Amino acid sequence: MTDASMQNPKTGGHGVSLTAADARTRKRANAEKRFRAYGIAAIATGLFFLIVLFASILSQGIPAFTRTVISVEFTLSPAERDEAESTLFKTKAYSDLFIRSLNNELAENGIKVDFDEAAIERLLGKVGGTIRTFYSENPDKLGEPIEFDLAASSRVDGYFKGRVSRDTIQDSRFLQKSDLDLVDVLEEAGIIKQVFNWPFITGADSGVDNPGGAGIGASVVGSFFMMLVVLGLSLPIGVAASIYLEEFAPQNRFTDLIEVNISNLAAVPSIVFGILGLAVFIQFMHLPQSAPLVGGLVLTLMTLPTIIISTRASLKAVPPSIRDAALGVGASKMQAVFHHVLPLAAPGILTGTIIGLAQALGETAPLLLIGMVGFVARGYPDGFLAGFTEPNSAMPAQIYTWAARADVGFYEKAWGGIIILLIFLLSMNIIAIILRRRFERRW
Amino acid sequence: MPILWLILIVFAIAAVGFFLGRSRALHSSGGDSRGLHSLPFYYGANVALKTAVPAFGLMIIWLLVQPLYVNSQVSEMIPDSAVKEGSSRSLVMAEVRRTASGLNNAIAQGHLTEDMVNNARADITDMTQRLKDAGQVVTAEITQPVLRAAQSYRTLTSTGYSIMNVGVILVALLGAGAGWLQTSSEYRARNVVEQGVSVLLFGAASIAILTTIGIVLSLVFNTWEFFKLYPATEFFFGTTWAPSFSGRGGSSSLGIIPLLWGTFYISLVALLVAVPIGLFAAIYLSEYASPRVRSFAKPMLEVLAGIPTIVYGLFALLTVGPLLLGVFGDEGLGWMKAGTAVMTAGLVMGIMLIPFVSSLSDDIINAVPQAMRDGSYGLGATQSETIRQVVLPAALPGIVGAILLAASRAIGETMIVVLGAGAAARLSLNPFEAMTTVTAKIVSQLTGDADFASPEALVAFALGMTLFILTLGLNIFALYIVRKYREQYE
Repeated sequence: MTDASMQNPKTGGHGVSLTAADARTRKRANAEKRFRAYGIAAIATGLFFLIVLFASILSQGIPAFTRTVISVEFTLSPAERDEAESTLFKTKAYSDLFIRSLNNELAENGIKVDFDEAAIERLLGKVGGTIRTFYSENPDKLGEPIEFDLAASSRVDGYFKGRVSRDTIQDSRFLQKSDLDLVDVLEEAGIIKQVFNWPFITGADSGVDNPGGAGIGASVVGSFFMMLVVLGLSLPIGVAASIYLEEFAPQNRFTDLIEVNISNLAAVPSIVFGILGLAVFIQFMHLPQSAPLVGGLVLTLMTLPTIIISTRASLKAVPPSIRDAALGVGASKMQAVFHHVLPLAAPGILTGTIIGLAQALGETAPLLLIGMVGFVARGYPDGFLAGFTEPNSAMPAQIYTWAARADVGFYEKAWGGIIILLIFLLSMNIIAIILRRRFERRW
Repeated sequence: MPILWLILIVFAIAAVGFFLGRSRALHSSGGDSRGLHSLPFYYGANVALKTAVPAFGLMIIWLLVQPLYVNSQVSEMIPDSAVKEGSSRSLVMAEVRRTASGLNNAIAQGHLTEDMVNNARADITDMTQRLKDAGQVVTAEITQPVLRAAQSYRTLTSTGYSIMNVGVILVALLGAGAGWLQTSSEYRARNVVEQGVSVLLFGAASIAILTTIGIVLSLVFNTWEFFKLYPATEFFFGTTWAPSFSGRGGSSSLGIIPLLWGTFYISLVALLVAVPIGLFAAIYLSEYASPRVRSFAKPMLEVLAGIPTIVYGLFALLTVGPLLLGVFGDEGLGWMKAGTAVMTAGLVMGIMLIPFVSSLSDDIINAVPQAMRDGSYGLGATQSETIRQVVLPAALPGIVGAILLAASRAIGETMIVVLGAGAAARLSLNPFEAMTTVTAKIVSQLTGDADFASPEALVAFALGMTLFILTLGLNIFALYIVRKYREQYE
């Protein structure tokens, strides 16, 4: 400071108050403020993206959890059933019967709006199949009045959820403007209503033309079986590998090779693991395609590096004095590790494993390559063992399949699926955090 | 007998062996464990290990080798005449396997009996009809050689499995017997068991190497197959990507350049988003933020890294794409034609990468010794001057490493580009046009219905090989930079 003022007496010289900032100081102070503002802006941008992301997930996904139903009492006589069964298009015959009965009921109730059978047909989703299945499973209910909650068509559903409005609708064979008046009247009469969408949570994937019937249940089961495989294989293998590397491995080339391999595998893109699974497990070993078993094997190989890295960190965190004490009272090296170090490292290992599992649960790309795409998930497996080998999908792959379909109705399902996926991930992470808080020891 | 039963039986033998070995050891020392060399537990564990390890080893090797053997045996049976023009032996073999599993399922459902299936003179049309009745997928008309081959495939496989079952149980019993006979009070059971366990631990650690070998072999082998069908120079230097949709036919042009261009362009956009935001966030969090702000903002940013990529993909496709289209599309500036574009995918991928850059840089900035900052303050520098002229240069190698790691992530990312970047391979400079990447094309080539022997499917392996080498190279380079300059201040 003194040097500077001697060379350049103007800046620090006489007549300039120390309390008033000169131009250069102001410039530097402004630069400081700007720099700080950049930092705040960067964090704000990051948080802004996070909020936008969650807002769009919630706003677009929550409608998937409600559905629009038309609830009516309907009676099918045995004669009508026989007649319907004798026609070529059986489900069509059932839905015609239903439409006629609804038409009569509405006419009796004195609905003021003009409507005809075609209008009712446009309001309904594909109801014939539902009715037919119901009566083939409960033949004794024939002739009795039954209260049905039948799915409304995807556009009526969209009208309730704001996807379709009077301004945007174009008259077509799917829905016409005048139908919306009928919908309003029916809603007042309590015939059309919105209910919680259980079929979405418990159901399986539907065909490409029926977004209303699509559910995520089957692929949740697929994900569950995959996670069982991942947990059953990656936990023991990962722990064994970490114990070897951390406690027993000699300092040599081979150990170095293993370590380099693990750190490289952790950075290999997930799709390459999919290629590995396709080539080794399906082409070479002929394991069944689209099976959760194969998906689990691929994800195991993918999560192993993550689990090994976190397990080694928690083994390393156990202080050497514990090992020394065990060895001092006569335990063998193996006993010191298995009886003392491992139990102390267990909470950390568990936390790492749960986080690794959460990562595996959200992985999509490798599953697509081994054939676990969404439309495979057409139902639940028949039993526990079949769950591993029967073709199924997984939650993220199911979401991808919905997102790739042309019908806009599936987008809502995809967002809804994401909410369910995130609920699983969130609960796994919360469990991991609780475990860490509760059992973590500072030495 | 399903494999699960075999596994359970071996476990049961091992459990029985455990108790027998333990009691024999105790018995040999007259019931007093002090007379034994090791704790009684180790005698039991010795027998159990000797039962289970060789038995499971045999089982795994058998399961790996048997399909190869059966395949080669059955494949020899198929006459050349049965391999149709344009088809290949491996395709016929796939047909054989499908038929064999169809036969198995039909038996399981009771539509066919074992005798009918094994009947060498079985009528093909009748058999096909019965399979169809049983709801089994029979893709093509089954021919006589295929049915014959499927029959012997079934027989060979089931005989093989029977021999394996007997062999595995025999090995388990022999192992248990040997372990039991060895057991005496002098036997050094603990040393043997510990040796065995350390071999198992070593085996588990070697899986990492096996995985790498598996990746490299599956990529190299299939890439080699691809280059036999398609010239390598055209693949590496071709500037058009236009696979034919028929599945086979030589009219495809499979040049990787447009895909690489799309990959690099999208990654560049992503890094342009992620690096400034991530870096400034890291600087603010480590240098300016109060502990309260830090403890809130850091985990919040890291949530972005924990979100599955499929979520980002959907976000790109359904939220960011339409949003950008509203601004840059025909109603706005008119630069953009569809929601899927380089900009869409790059922007969303950038959001995903923010926490990568910020967390890694944060650690590195924190590792710069406080003495350097103090020295700079002592000379009268402001905080931002200190950061720009002292802290950042000191942390630069680490930050470059972090950026390279983020770049390798961006290149290998799949779901965001599959959903957000479009499907057209294109060499263009306009970031608002749809382009596609190496990863997106791997997915589309392997999930289509092209058969595995065609160049259109095999090209995915060559693409995978390129991707693997690229990301591996970037990672190794990043680690090299970080290691080389890390110890400068320690």
